[in-house]
Amino acid sequence: MKLVLLWTDALVWSLVVVLLIWAWVILRSPQIKKTWHTIFKSSIAMASSVVLLFYLFFTLLDSIHLRLALPDEAQKSQTVTYEAQMVSLLDLMFAHNIQHTERTYSAPFATVEYTSSIVVNKEGQTKQVYLPLKYVASDNGFWGKSLKALAVGVCVSLLLVLFHIWWREKRRFVEACKEIVQGKSALPWRTAYVTFMLLVITFIWLYMLSYSYHVLGTDKVGGDVLYQSFKSIRTGVLIGILTTLIMLPVAVILGVSAGLFGGWVDDVIQYLYTTLSSIPGVLLIAAGVLSMQVMMDNHPTWFETTLERSDLRLLFLIIILGITSWTSLCRLLRAETLKISQMEFVTAAKAFGVGKFTIIRRHIVPNLMHIILISVVLDFSGLVLAEAVLSYVGVGVDPTMHSWGNMINQARLEMAREPMVWWSLFSAFVFMFILVLAANLFSDRIQKVLDPRNNT
Amino acid sequence: MSNILTVKNLSLSVGNEILLDGVSFEIKHGEIFALVGESGSGKSLTSLAIMQLLPEAIAVTSGNICLKKQSLFALSESKMQKVRGKSIAMIFQEPMSALNPVMTVGAQVAEVLQVHLGLKKEEMKERVLSLFKEVALKDPETRYHWYPHQLSGGQKQRVMIAIALACEPGLLIADEPTTALDVTIQAQVLQLLKTICKQRELSILFITHDMAVVSEMADRVAVMKEGKIVEQAVCKDFFTHPKHPYTQRLLADIKVKKVFHSEKKEHEPLLEVKNLKVYFPIKKGLFQRTVGIVKAVDDVSFSIGKGKTLALVGESGSGKSTIGKAILSLLEETEGMVRFEDQNLGTLNKKDLMPYRRKIQVVFQDPFSALNPRMTIANIIREGMLSLGVGPKGKVAQDKYIASLLLKVDLEASHMHRYPHEFSGGQRQRIGIARALAVEPELIICDEPTSALDVSVRTQVLALLEKLQVESGVSYLFITHDLSIVPMIADEVAVMKEGKIVEQGLVEDVMQDPKHPYTQRLLASAPKLMKEIP
Repeated sequence: MKLVLLWTDALVWSLVVVLLIWAWVILRSPQIKKTWHTIFKSSIAMASSVVLLFYLFFTLLDSIHLRLALPDEAQKSQTVTYEAQMVSLLDLMFAHNIQHTERTYSAPFATVEYTSSIVVNKEGQTKQVYLPLKYVASDNGFWGKSLKALAVGVCVSLLLVLFHIWWREKRRFVEACKEIVQGKSALPWRTAYVTFMLLVITFIWLYMLSYSYHVLGTDKVGGDVLYQSFKSIRTGVLIGILTTLIMLPVAVILGVSAGLFGGWVDDVIQYLYTTLSSIPGVLLIAAGVLSMQVMMDNHPTWFETTLERSDLRLLFLIIILGITSWTSLCRLLRAETLKISQMEFVTAAKAFGVGKFTIIRRHIVPNLMHIILISVVLDFSGLVLAEAVLSYVGVGVDPTMHSWGNMINQARLEMAREPMVWWSLFSAFVFMFILVLAANLFSDRIQKVLDPRNNT
Repeated sequence: MSNILTVKNLSLSVGNEILLDGVSFEIKHGEIFALVGESGSGKSLTSLAIMQLLPEAIAVTSGNICLKKQSLFALSESKMQKVRGKSIAMIFQEPMSALNPVMTVGAQVAEVLQVHLGLKKEEMKERVLSLFKEVALKDPETRYHWYPHQLSGGQKQRVMIAIALACEPGLLIADEPTTALDVTIQAQVLQLLKTICKQRELSILFITHDMAVVSEMADRVAVMKEGKIVEQAVCKDFFTHPKHPYTQRLLADIKVKKVFHSEKKEHEPLLEVKNLKVYFPIKKGLFQRTVGIVKAVDDVSFSIGKGKTLALVGESGSGKSTIGKAILSLLEETEGMVRFEDQNLGTLNKKDLMPYRRKIQVVFQDPFSALNPRMTIANIIREGMLSLGVGPKGKVAQDKYIASLLLKVDLEASHMHRYPHEFSGGQRQRIGIARALAVEPELIICDEPTSALDVSVRTQVLALLEKLQVESGVSYLFITHDLSIVPMIADEVAVMKEGKIVEQGLVEDVMQDPKHPYTQRLLASAPKLMKEIP
């Protein structure tokens, strides 16, 4: 077994490290800590952040990639050879779903195929029958299994919640539990725990039933839709987070320098973003993606596995999206910097002979943080949706990569069938909807608390 | 005389917090009633309650407001709409934001007439022009078609008054109508309001924080403090025999101790400014060609002695603050000589300037934007020490030093770890002073340090500045538009107009025997209170 670090994996994990450092910084500064405390005082913010963490968890699970060694009998020499396929922890979790590939479409919880096939039976008669599914037994005891799954779900989630309470409040565990149940805790932990339990129970129910059913049906080539939906989480979240990560430094550096230095620097940056933002975004992205695709087609030796290839394509897409989307934030930051640089505390710093870069670091950027944060959370949901749109147009992620955009793209034809195949679209829609809704609600709250105009 | 407005036992609250507590007063026909108080005392809330324009979160807990005999609380919203404008009109502090920038001023006055009186077009225009004449707006025919941005602050306030008068209201509420204006213009607007009040037999509820204005304007005065009226009296008695201790203190704060620091000894100059010119180029077009210049400071010379204070007086836009920035070497467009201790600062490069940065420091006007909201007080004060290498090294020693500085400006050492938003305006101004003091300067440029503060706080800050001067012998360049505080703090005074110094000399000479007509006008238009006091 060998751990493989794909480009996007590296970025995701470095982002996690940055987030942890940031959390540490927040804990150290009483002022910022107080702000975040205010943000989480809203139960909506608490619930939506639990949902976001849930998505992040699956993203991280899907960002640990392994290459399993080939079984011993295949190995003649000393050197270990690896399977051509790369798998993530999420793949291992859903291994049964990957193996249980059916022949074609089947509806959620179905035991037979969705369309009838012509079969010649032993007597030589041709008949139209719905063939049974290969990996789903005809009488499964749906209710019994559901009950069992729900029971397991309740137990596991309750245990996790209790463990978390104990971890937070070791000394006064019982009192803390009471406070939370009565909804009297300082932060709305009750909402958070209820959301968490709902998510865990739903997941465990889906997961346990996925051993005996195709819970969300199968697609055209018999692939399990539940597995696809979970795999798509990583693509969506990655595009949402990493794009802002790439866009941020560009926007901040250019915006602040335009606002602070003025003169020709300001002119150049302004012309740059005016030009860039007057080119239609989709056109620019399509051009970027297509030229990159040609390059990748010409150098097939660059990649050991197909996953690496599609991963690189995802990375390029993220970079291209980042390059095209920094303009609006940059414009905002320039305006705000102009305002702040005229403030008297900046003049005071200048009168102390403080250098320009110290002024930026100490006086300007901290006062821009609220704008940056607000635009990051607002852009996130927009980018998740943008991925779906781009994949639908055909310039999105690699067709072999699982993504909600690709699922929706396929569903275009499925919707036109009679009878209609609705579950691919439905699953992609639900998974994406929950993520985007949570992100939007969370960003609303952040905007409300951080935007100084709301604090009058 | 009958009462036009009666406010009886009015109390307002938000949640458990009481904002107004049993406020009662009445306004008689044709009188000017002044409501005085420091910021946050509830003056404006009272006026909003009269207009029934209170924010929804604020609840009326008790009391009644009657216009003539009609209770305003009993009226429905649609009837109240008619009262507003027609019976009670209001003018605001900020004429810039009270006028709609995309409508001509004539149309804005006409709109009010149309809504309330339903006049015809020609009639309306005639009415508007006569109103403009009444508020002494020059050349009303042309001004009718002008947009607000083409008018000056004083003219805008006149238009606002015209709008308020349009429907011939019985009561005019003036909420700090002259606070945003320069002294000379303030005098004109006040005079105008007085004339109108007499001619039309109008009642005015005059809300202000400025005692001097009250003494000029009011027939009767009520003083508010923390949501209560502490004293109510006829204007003359009020100023001669204040009863409540708070009022006595307020009046004491405002009365200027005329102790002229008039030692005529020649001191060696610490700072000498000779022929200072700051011309800002106006740049246009793609290649930033210079198409004109603004002469912000035009050939100015003065000097400040060691341990002395020079007050630089002038109206807004006269170039006072630009001089301050030029002395701090923060402007590139400077010509002429700024000589500090025999060293021409203009010829120094960035590095050689550093030791002088230490010696010249600055205190700003707006205590809210002068401190970085994201830094603790300790870090704000530490910044200059680190940058200029002043004071002790090491964090513990520095903290000790900062604590002693905070004590020096009458704050507590424990304030060190707090953030600016936790302090009031006066406290912030003290922090600003502590920040300047941290690097042990020899000259502090005070750029309107008291204009954003209440009277009592202003007196405290001025006293602090004076105390520091006595202790450490620091010199001040005191930039202000407020003539009344000049004798309190300055040794010499220079009066500026349009980038030039028109008169300069010892405070005593200039204040008592002004030579230049502009200085005479400035002194004449300053509210009388300060002049009357012996």
